Amino acid sequence: MSQISRRKLISTGIAATAGVSGVAIAAALARRHGLIPPDWKGIYGPGETLTYAAQRLLTRHSMAREFSRGEISEKPFANEVSPLSDEFHRLQAAKFEDWKMTVDGMAARPTIFSLAMIRSFPTRSQITMIGCEEGWTYIAEWTGVPLSYILDRVGALPQVRYVVYRSIQPDWWESIDMADALHPQTVVAHRMNGADLPVPFGGPLRMRVPRQLGYKSVKYITRLTLTDSLKPFGKGLGSAAPEGGYAWYAGI
Amino acid sequence: MNATVSPASANASSSAVIAVSEPKRHSAIVRVTHWLTTAAFFALLVSGGEIVLSHPRFYWGETGNVNAQPWLNLHLPSSRNTVPTGYGYVLPDQNGWSRYLHFQTAWIAVATGLLYWIWGYFAGHFRRNLVPASWKGIGASLVEHLRFKRPGAEQAWSYNLLQRITYLVVIFVLFPLMIWTGLAMSYGFVSAFPLSVQLLGGHQTARSLHFLITVLLVLFLLLHIVMVIVAGFRARMRAMITGRVAPPSE
Repeated sequence: MSQISRRKLISTGIAATAGVSGVAIAAALARRHGLIPPDWKGIYGPGETLTYAAQRLLTRHSMAREFSRGEISEKPFANEVSPLSDEFHRLQAAKFEDWKMTVDGMAARPTIFSLAMIRSFPTRSQITMIGCEEGWTYIAEWTGVPLSYILDRVGALPQVRYVVYRSIQPDWWESIDMADALHPQTVVAHRMNGADLPVPFGGPLRMRVPRQLGYKSVKYITRLTLTDSLKPFGKGLGSAAPEGGYAWYAGI
Repeated sequence: MNATVSPASANASSSAVIAVSEPKRHSAIVRVTHWLTTAAFFALLVSGGEIVLSHPRFYWGETGNVNAQPWLNLHLPSSRNTVPTGYGYVLPDQNGWSRYLHFQTAWIAVATGLLYWIWGYFAGHFRRNLVPASWKGIGASLVEHLRFKRPGAEQAWSYNLLQRITYLVVIFVLFPLMIWTGLAMSYGFVSAFPLSVQLLGGHQTARSLHFLITVLLVLFLLLHIVMVIVAGFRARMRAMITGRVAPPSE
């Protein structure tokens, strides 16, 4: 009897030590390979970290599904946005000729791009699905400048780990890691279904991140900031989403 | 309670010997995974229900939104004012914590399920306790169930035929389908495994199936509780919590 309990004690001890050091090693490896999301704290942190890490290991180079022209939704749903500012309406009245997109942060050549410049850059077109966390979806063709092209053009420094992007709407800003920022399907979209991107759908410029939910595809983009840490932005949770109670990573 | 199993009381009353060697009705793994699954199921049901309220309409195929015709409209109030519900009010948005809780619990549920599936296979639990030894008597069993006949004492130690079939369907069909249809709604997951959603027939079909299987699982849960009550609530609960069939002799 006592032998069994001693053996049990020793094996439990070994299992516990292995467990604790296993978790410590996994945490160190995860940090090194960028598998920890900025909203990893709190009671839902463990699940969020598991989801982000598992998906990053599976999806670093995977491509969002693309569809045929016949599958494009006849009546896409724009969703509602909070009321647009006077500044937006002024820019809209001038056909967005004065719309600017600033790229700053860890770049060799921080630049303020005019809309005309962005429209002159090489584009990529893709027919993808956009879905809201509420559950609804539509399919459309988006045309835009690959974000990787813009990062290349401003000379993104090698230590950049995240791209923070902001809207003319101050309460809507997001960020993505480099797996998504350098992903060929991540584009700064300025056309949809063959026409200029309509305002309800985010015109003149919308970030399209097709491997994540719609709330990562921020409308009315005005500024990109390249950074190696998300701590200085907002509450340090990575984007506006976690500040409003939503997950930073929206691949699920 | 411990008196019957402690060596001190081993001055050879035969009942004490029986108590020491009495096998458990349910093994510790079955009991622990059962209650973990129960807790996870409720967390998933509540959070899933909250997520549905932000768009209580269901579609087939790839796409669906308020501009499309749903095959099922739950006619519930919604937590979004973009959904035409017919109600004059909008519920508070609960999707943030609901989604966090849903996915965290899904990890717990899947880990629990994996432990149970792997253990059940290697320990012979499925072979011994769940796979029907014979299909004979299914008619009689069905009649007994429809009459809500209280099972005899011999059934305290074994599952009957209908019970075995139901549990096998839940464990090997409904739970795996739940995980599959859930993953098929993840944009990240389907970018790596596009067949997971294509085989189902599209994103909205996956969402509809996820909902329909939830309905089946809730029906199973209600039936399960009714059957436990018919069979003897205290005895069955005791068996699933402590593993004992008979009340502990004092």
